[in-house]
Amino acid sequence: MQDKTLIYDGTFDGFLSAVFYVFEHKLTHVSIEHECTAQSGLFAETISIITEENKANRVYKGLKTKLSSSHTHQMYYAFLSEQIGVENLLLDYIKYVFSNTVSVGKDYSHASVLKVAQIAKMVGREKHRMEAFVRFRLTKDSIYFASIEPDFNVLPLISKHFRKRYADQKWMIYDIKRHYGLYYDLEHVEIVNMEFPKLFDFTKTDSSFFAEQEFEFQQLWKDYFKSTNIASRKNMKLHIRHVPKRYWKYLSEKQPD
Amino acid sequence: MFEKLRSLSFKLILLMSFQRTQEKLKILADAAKYDVSCSSSGSNRTNKNKGLGDSTGMGICHSYTEDGRCVSLLKILLTNHCIFDCAYCVTRKSNDIKRAAFKVQEVVDLTINFYRRNYIEGLFLSSGIFKNADYTMERLVSVAKKLRLEENFNGYIHLKSIPGASDELMREAGLYADRLSVNIEIPTEAGLKKLAPDKNRADFIKPMVKVKNEIIQYKAEKKLIKSTPKYAPAGQSTQMIIGASDENDFQIMQTSNHFYKSYNLKRVYYSGYVPISYDNRLPQIGSAVPMLRENRLYQTDWLMRFYGFDVSEILNAQHQHLDLDIDPKLSWALRNLHEFPVDVNTADKRMLARIPGLGMKSVYKILNARRFRRLNWEHLKKIGIALNRAQYFMVCESNQFERRDLSAEKIKGLILQNSTSKYTKTLSNQLSLFG
Repeated sequence: MQDKTLIYDGTFDGFLSAVFYVFEHKLTHVSIEHECTAQSGLFAETISIITEENKANRVYKGLKTKLSSSHTHQMYYAFLSEQIGVENLLLDYIKYVFSNTVSVGKDYSHASVLKVAQIAKMVGREKHRMEAFVRFRLTKDSIYFASIEPDFNVLPLISKHFRKRYADQKWMIYDIKRHYGLYYDLEHVEIVNMEFPKLFDFTKTDSSFFAEQEFEFQQLWKDYFKSTNIASRKNMKLHIRHVPKRYWKYLSEKQPD
Repeated sequence: MFEKLRSLSFKLILLMSFQRTQEKLKILADAAKYDVSCSSSGSNRTNKNKGLGDSTGMGICHSYTEDGRCVSLLKILLTNHCIFDCAYCVTRKSNDIKRAAFKVQEVVDLTINFYRRNYIEGLFLSSGIFKNADYTMERLVSVAKKLRLEENFNGYIHLKSIPGASDELMREAGLYADRLSVNIEIPTEAGLKKLAPDKNRADFIKPMVKVKNEIIQYKAEKKLIKSTPKYAPAGQSTQMIIGASDENDFQIMQTSNHFYKSYNLKRVYYSGYVPISYDNRLPQIGSAVPMLRENRLYQTDWLMRFYGFDVSEILNAQHQHLDLDIDPKLSWALRNLHEFPVDVNTADKRMLARIPGLGMKSVYKILNARRFRRLNWEHLKKIGIALNRAQYFMVCESNQFERRDLSAEKIKGLILQNSTSKYTKTLSNQLSLFG
């Protein structure tokens, strides 16, 4: 049988539509690839998948009857990792799920189940980190603005947390790497795309964009961060493990005085 | 001209007030840092009426200091003026340091503005004792009250119970705070007498008992009437200083166990003494903070609370000290080799949890995974078990297992040979001392 490559649009629904296609055509030698990273295999036939919500829903519904909700979430988390090849790992996982009558979500000695759980855990960790490391800065037009650059695409996962918590202030969290953000207007959270000035430096708090009192609170926070440290217990290794260096540039307390 | 001058002087006032706040924050955060509790979890306060904040679900560490400790709350003293003279405390009356005091509104403003920027989960407010216990407690309560009622703040609030505070104030404190804590500081009464002669344990116990009873009552009423106002939903905790007086680990963990059992505490914290004074009753400035010992005590605490161990299995009249070179579970296992090896494919949860190198997460993974197939070394390695320690204490679906009848000493030697500890330096120093 000839190898087939299914190209989808990068959305979760698109991926599930591709899964639907695999089952519909009973494909065995198949690879699902994101349209941006797909490499045309020399001997493979490529097929473009059209995202169809009803097909995606059918697959998702089927998974839900076989898996607990925490395990279907785990799949979504793993998908958001955007790791190369994660689609095929998930396809393998889904095939294994459907080939069993019992729920295999906890079958950790099966390679794909364990791998999906491990990737989901990495994404979950990143989600939790973003809930911790987002630093809002008050802009002149009274929006609390934060820029992030997460390893994985976690914005869809943190939206609810921030909506519940900051219900009485306008805020925006912008993913610089993926060029989109969440904006809360006191009513709803929306996905937004922004054009920033060419020379806009996300790590700097520029007085032409940010409110005057912003500088004072950043200073107070930096002072607090220093005062609360116990020098005789210094342990930089532990510090860096908890706050990896790649996040420092967006942490107010890590900015030079 | 006049307008300009006025706006200029207004700016100056703002600047001065900022600088004053800045100075106070430095002093009062520095003084509060020896309180190790930073937990922000375990509450169930949801965002009400589109207010600010939410403290449901797990706690969040928003940052970590360079000593590797979590920063999740704005941890400050209301004031470091204090009428007591406890030898181990940096704000003791006789210590010659800068003193400061926050106004209630200043603490409220700092908390709200830090919270809005996602710096913190909430406020941890403690205080030196000025005038008397009730006067101090009342000020702490008024900060929490203002945050809840005027600012509609639903973030986390941890208040210190001031030793000797009245029942009425403790009742009110619990209505606004998520957690209350009172530090017993020194593990034994004799030690407390020596280092803090003006204090007695009965004063610590009084608010603790009140809070415990209120929580029991709240939980009972909550079952009948759903709208019962919350009372300290994240419970209460305490802290002991380790290594300031000469208690052994057995005494420390007995005290800890007593507090867990008698006062339903959520947590007991162990804080390695950081030398801050030349008082000859205490370790001198420059001596090392007993971080490794602190670590072993926390491990024991975890074994007690999550692993089904009774404290007397780990520490008893025969074993009054925790080993520093190996963890308490391994040390228990080496003393009880007759309980091993455990078959991971058949053993119950209790015994799995007792295998050195297996955490509770691995235990649950094993329990789940073995329903699908019998597990071998390869599976266990992938699940993430510390086989270096575990291998001597278990068998699995494999004909390869430790067949030699090794003595406890021998096993310990083999494990230490193949492991590196972040405390290696501390350990070798201690060894050479006796060598």
